[in-house]
Amino acid sequence: MKFKSWKDLPEGAIIKNVPTSIYFKTGDWKSKVPKFDSNKCTNCLLCWLYCPDSVIKVSDGKILNFDLDFCKGCGICSRVCPQGAIEMEDIK
Amino acid sequence: MKTKIFIKHAFTGNEASAYAMKQINPDVVAAYPITPATEIVQIFSKYVSDGEVDTEFVPVESEHSAMSVCIGASAAGARVMTATSAQGLALMHEMLYIASGLRLPIVMVVGNRALSAPINIHGDHSDTMGSRDAGWLQFYCENANEVYHTIIMAIKIAENANLPAMVCMDGFIITHGMEVVYTLPDEEIREFLGVRKPLYSLLDIQNPITVGPLDLYDYYFEHKRGQIEAMINSKKIIEEVVKEYNERFGTNFPPFIEEYKIEDADFLIISMSSAAGTMKEAIDIKREEGIKVGLLRIKTFRPFPYEVLREKIRKFKAIGIMDRAETLSTMGGPVAIETKAALYSLPEKINLINFIFGLGGREFTLNDAFKIIEITKKFSEGEKFPEVLYIGVREEE
Repeated sequence: MKFKSWKDLPEGAIIKNVPTSIYFKTGDWKSKVPKFDSNKCTNCLLCWLYCPDSVIKVSDGKILNFDLDFCKGCGICSRVCPQGAIEMEDIK
Repeated sequence: MKTKIFIKHAFTGNEASAYAMKQINPDVVAAYPITPATEIVQIFSKYVSDGEVDTEFVPVESEHSAMSVCIGASAAGARVMTATSAQGLALMHEMLYIASGLRLPIVMVVGNRALSAPINIHGDHSDTMGSRDAGWLQFYCENANEVYHTIIMAIKIAENANLPAMVCMDGFIITHGMEVVYTLPDEEIREFLGVRKPLYSLLDIQNPITVGPLDLYDYYFEHKRGQIEAMINSKKIIEEVVKEYNERFGTNFPPFIEEYKIEDADFLIISMSSAAGTMKEAIDIKREEGIKVGLLRIKTFRPFPYEVLREKIRKFKAIGIMDRAETLSTMGGPVAIETKAALYSLPEKINLINFIFGLGGREFTLNDAFKIIEITKKFSEGEKFPEVLYIGVREEE
């Protein structure tokens, strides 16, 4: 990554090319990862509602997948799932 | 004061400040009252209630909130003003650095007052000297008339430099002392100031930005370097704006340092704020006795005008420097310490002596001024003195 000099930065430390959060993979330090069992899932979408990092991708009311780039392994999805369809597994 | 457009008023410093704010008609004013600056926003709030300004006036629950509101409004692109003193300024301290780091040209009038403890409401410079490294421009005014005009100039300087500015006046001595103030018509001020052109605006939804992101070891240093550059560049802006103002309105305000009878002087006194007025009177009297003493009044303390100061004092052998604040570093007051630092790289050897005076509003009399002149004279002739002297303090009962 090439760093900019102070002369090339916008004044006031603002960020112009927003959103930049998509380039910053916040999920790379997790110690647990959600394992999703689609057979148990009823698509109630509680996990989607509770996920603090918008990791759970949904289309037409159905869960598609988990974007693990941004999942920090907090386990909230697993805790709120009424069907036990999400289990947190240790990363080896 | 050559032009006839001026209108003569009898104003206290606070009244002059509120009147200048009314004429500037800022978009947002957020403030919390504190002696001796309370009247500024009290009078201004009346202008708001009477519909004489278009300002969104936000009466907040603390100075920390006042500065926070000012920061938000200024980041939105508004022209923003406030006023405070002493403990209020101290409570704002955290937010001062955010205002300057985000490069927001907020203009704040400060009624200089001693910081507690012991609790005191009277004038000294301990409050704004405590904020001297917060990245704000600081202008110290000698009288109410200068306060009025400096507030107007400060708006343009701050907005051109994209840096916040404090306009400082001695608590009670200027804030509550009534003097003649020459004001300009509203339209002259509005034409001079124009409309603020912000660096960025939170309300510009076509160009969304992030303001105030986390900035760690990989970029914080670069952003601070940029801010330092803005302070360096502000010197040129101060010079240009003050020149433009003086030419336009026939005034004679100094951009950085005012000279008083220094051409033929044998030695110099350096002072700031209202004490410079007393010192000028003392110099006039002492000159009749044949003592050739001159005065430099530092108007702009931030950025510190060290280049100008060096050139003005390098031919003198001895200088007495007055400080209405202590650093408690055991090296004396901030004006003396920074002046010493400015002179270090000069080949000339200039002897400096520091006078601390007027703490907690202790009256600074003509006799005190005479004493400073007489000691500096002896000092210039080679007599030895301590590096820091305290003028007006009781040494014995």
